[in-house]
Amino acid sequence: MKILVCISNVPDTTTKVKFVDDSKKLDVNGIQWVINPWDELALTRALELKDDTSNAIQSVTVAHVGPVTSEPTIRKALAIGADDAIRVNTEPGEAFTIAAQLAEAVRNENFDIIMCGIESSDHNGSTVGGMLAEFLGCPSVTGVSSVKIEGGQTHITREIDGGKEMLTVPSPFVAIVQKGIAKEPRIAAMRGIMMARTKPIKVLEPQSIESLTEVIGYEMPKPRAACKYVEADNAGQLIGLLQNEAKVF
Amino acid sequence: MSVLVFLENWDGKFKKLSFELVSYASKVAEMLGDQVIALSIGKVEAAELEKLAVYGATKVVSIENEMIKAFDDQAYTSMIAEVAQQTGAKVLVLSNNNTGKALAPRLSVRLKAGVASGVSKLPLSVNPFVVYKKVYSGKAFANVAIKTDVKILTLAQNSFDLVEAPQTFTFEKLNIQPDGNLMKTQVKEVQKQSGKILITDADIVISGGRGMKSPDNWGPLVELAELLGAATACSRPVSDEGWRSHDEHTGQTGKIIAPNLYFAIGISGATQHLAGISSSKFIVAINTDKDAPIFEAAQYGIVGDALKVLPKLVEAVKEMKSK
Repeated sequence: MKILVCISNVPDTTTKVKFVDDSKKLDVNGIQWVINPWDELALTRALELKDDTSNAIQSVTVAHVGPVTSEPTIRKALAIGADDAIRVNTEPGEAFTIAAQLAEAVRNENFDIIMCGIESSDHNGSTVGGMLAEFLGCPSVTGVSSVKIEGGQTHITREIDGGKEMLTVPSPFVAIVQKGIAKEPRIAAMRGIMMARTKPIKVLEPQSIESLTEVIGYEMPKPRAACKYVEADNAGQLIGLLQNEAKVF
Repeated sequence: MSVLVFLENWDGKFKKLSFELVSYASKVAEMLGDQVIALSIGKVEAAELEKLAVYGATKVVSIENEMIKAFDDQAYTSMIAEVAQQTGAKVLVLSNNNTGKALAPRLSVRLKAGVASGVSKLPLSVNPFVVYKKVYSGKAFANVAIKTDVKILTLAQNSFDLVEAPQTFTFEKLNIQPDGNLMKTQVKEVQKQSGKILITDADIVISGGRGMKSPDNWGPLVELAELLGAATACSRPVSDEGWRSHDEHTGQTGKIIAPNLYFAIGISGATQHLAGISSSKFIVAINTDKDAPIFEAAQYGIVGDALKVLPKLVEAVKEMKSK
């Protein structure tokens, strides 16, 4: 069985974002780039599945759409334990073009399980995984919090509004994963970092794909009004403010 | 031409989220001069379907089919796409919950329609079609132009007020068969939380962090929630420690919510936490550290020990309720 994990390269969560070019572009100066947190959890789960040799996972591959400058993030995924990588050599652009590039890159690779994080922390679109599945014409399961393999059959837990469903779906499929899929992201050990240097990254040139959407400008959130304080000794007064001033009760 | 809004049901019932979707779709339709068609898939009684007209749907269409046993991303996509094509839908509206996240991207590819997800406001303009949406987990917003003929929007829950605009409506049962080859998802078991208010549905959410010091201290927090009809939530360290269940984790990688009122009790307000709660209308922060970042996000604050403050709030709410 072969697993693919799609990874996105995003600014570290603590980054203070700024925009340049008339608020049309992210200011990348000083940004620390990381694997998108949800993708990192997906990769961790894929590697846990491979660690259990009874699952007979041959390989865990990562795929990424991005220019050569995102290779450090790919190397990090290899250092964590992925066996090899595919990079489509183009600026990532919007979700539709990313998913289309990924689909072309992996269509003939016969992956059994494809894992994508449910969201990327930059554009918060929650769309690439579902789009990829539709391009590939295979099933998808969205909101996956557990993937287990028992006797060659994949068992999935899907989070729904107010509960969860335990289900099965035939391979190949795309699992769009969320919190719960792995406890903590796996951290690269020194040996992994050394080994990652020589692991193969297959670089593919992009297809010509027209985008469907375009960001025409960014805005910063409007500053909130300053906080109004209530003395701890008179904490009960807060309830009065919420009732009479904020009118939330 | 139409605006098509897709509605899931929970055991045959709609909820506030459903009516937010129809209200939003009605306003978008008004901007375009089109009608709103509400699409329900699954078994829903006529009386329940009629409620959709209260919020502006002029046509309600329903697909009920014995073959539909489980929610399958592909099968639902193909049914919704067929209705969208039959009704000449120019805009599709879905929720930004896991169901919408399953369907919107597949529909985007199927219909070659650009998606903007997690919108909380009406489009800024319809020609060109520009929407305003959260990016970088709430640290910024983007104006996104959708360039395709058909557009797909997913609406963030609790972000759009209900607008009653009763319409005379027509009702139609559609005989659309899901392609049996696409029904690949087999649900073996369902576990539902019963009796609990869902964090994503709640108007008021009361959330505890490490400042609660021990899982044994949650009593007054839960009591406050019960008095206010609120849901209980927690920060990531609390769910990681196993003090509270993972379902309660609010934050970037947990639940992203937008209640009317959010209490952050003993939560310092790390970037990851704020990413999950910054769309709340009012935030109350209670923390011993006066420099905690949560106070920058909050409108009301108490610098003090959560365990001492909570009983006072419980008393004050009891007093308010007794009046």
